[in-house]
Amino acid sequence: MCLGVPGRVVEVHDNEAVVDFFGVSRRVRLELVDQPVQPGDYILNHVGYAIRRIPEDDIEGTLKMYEELLREAAEDDLMAGDVRGEVEATREG
Amino acid sequence: MKDSCARELKFRDPGRAAALAAKLQRTVSETGRSPVSVMHVCGSHEQAIARYGLRSAFPKDLHVIMGPGCPVCITDQPEVDEAIALARQGVRIATYGDMLRVPGTSASLADVQAEGARVDVVYSVTQALDLARASSEPVVFFATGFETTAVATAAAVLGDPPANFFVLSAHKYIPPVMEIVSEMPDSRVEGFLAAGHAATITGWGVFESFVARHDVPVVVAGFEPLDILAALVRLVELVRDGKRTVENLFPRCVTREGNVAAQQQLWKVFRPIGGRWRGIAHVPNGNLRLRDGWARVDARSNFTIDLAAVWDGAPSLLSQQCVCGDIMAGVKSPIDCRLFANECLPENPIGACMVSTEGTCRIWHEYNVSGQRAEIGARR
Repeated sequence: MCLGVPGRVVEVHDNEAVVDFFGVSRRVRLELVDQPVQPGDYILNHVGYAIRRIPEDDIEGTLKMYEELLREAAEDDLMAGDVRGEVEATREG
Repeated sequence: MKDSCARELKFRDPGRAAALAAKLQRTVSETGRSPVSVMHVCGSHEQAIARYGLRSAFPKDLHVIMGPGCPVCITDQPEVDEAIALARQGVRIATYGDMLRVPGTSASLADVQAEGARVDVVYSVTQALDLARASSEPVVFFATGFETTAVATAAAVLGDPPANFFVLSAHKYIPPVMEIVSEMPDSRVEGFLAAGHAATITGWGVFESFVARHDVPVVVAGFEPLDILAALVRLVELVRDGKRTVENLFPRCVTREGNVAAQQQLWKVFRPIGGRWRGIAHVPNGNLRLRDGWARVDARSNFTIDLAAVWDGAPSLLSQQCVCGDIMAGVKSPIDCRLFANECLPENPIGACMVSTEGTCRIWHEYNVSGQRAEIGARR
């Protein structure tokens, strides 16, 4: 529950954004994020809320670990499971 | 057990991993002490350490201990009992999945669910809000987790929730428990790794007063194996040099101030009060309760919670042998528990540390930590 997951903002509607998480489209709340969010930005999602807009220079470095984790981990791997749970925490887009 | 997991994932830069491991070895030797003990307070850190087999790369005389970093595990029995009592009274409960099997005094939420009580698993407070909106009956969100999760509950409370939505808060706040663990007579902790994503919210500045009061350094760390190794090297350097500072090795995510907008929402909704953390101690200011102004959504203000009915049952004899509290306080490890991997297994957990995917025992069991022996530089 303490590992957030990054995703790419596709649309913004008031306090909710449609976000792409590694090919899965979901809705994320924006009440907590402290910077304006636009389509194309990357955010860090935790339990259904964006908690940070990821600075542009850091996007690639941030995504790599998750891509490796989701690609290579076993189905029942705990860490990958928590990451998948973070995606599940958002609403269906 | 999946001891192949540690080998499954390549380090992005094995050369750098080996160099960091060698530097860690050197730095620990340079302290002139054995062992050097440091603590992290995050289940995701322990998952990464276990998953990537990092502990086998640590010097023998460096003890990296997981402290009270599993929010599910430190939720105290009487808090679980409150949710159980409400569920038995016919109130619909929504909570995070790992809470289902965490033992209360004599039962778990899964037990009362099997008896017919309505307990829904949600991944987010927004899903609990959806449940409330879809019906007219009361829905109580049993809210657990540290500040990273509490801010989401705060946002939900501030967002004009439906009148049938209530919060039973068992949220916890990490900085005060670091003080308690440092002050324990058996504590040998000489430095702390702070969790990157929690610090995304609080900012690293929150640890400055802790460092000043307790004379131990804090390093904020990310979650990749190389992030953790680099942070440990820096932490042991600070220990070696007697420097008592906070250093941020996760600037990608963490600033000094943190997410101020989220902090404002957190403290607008919650106030810190003292309370017990399961198996550890009473932690002053360690629990987050709804402020009086939010009594309308506070389950404790709106329902009579009959705990006596829950306390009728006797705790199991096995659960009395569980050393989960000592493990989270950093004075024991899972292999010191005679129940670990014997009577206490993920499919039949005796203690909370085996229930949660962030619990030390569950992580050690799933990744076969006690069996990890490989050399880090050799892993490709």
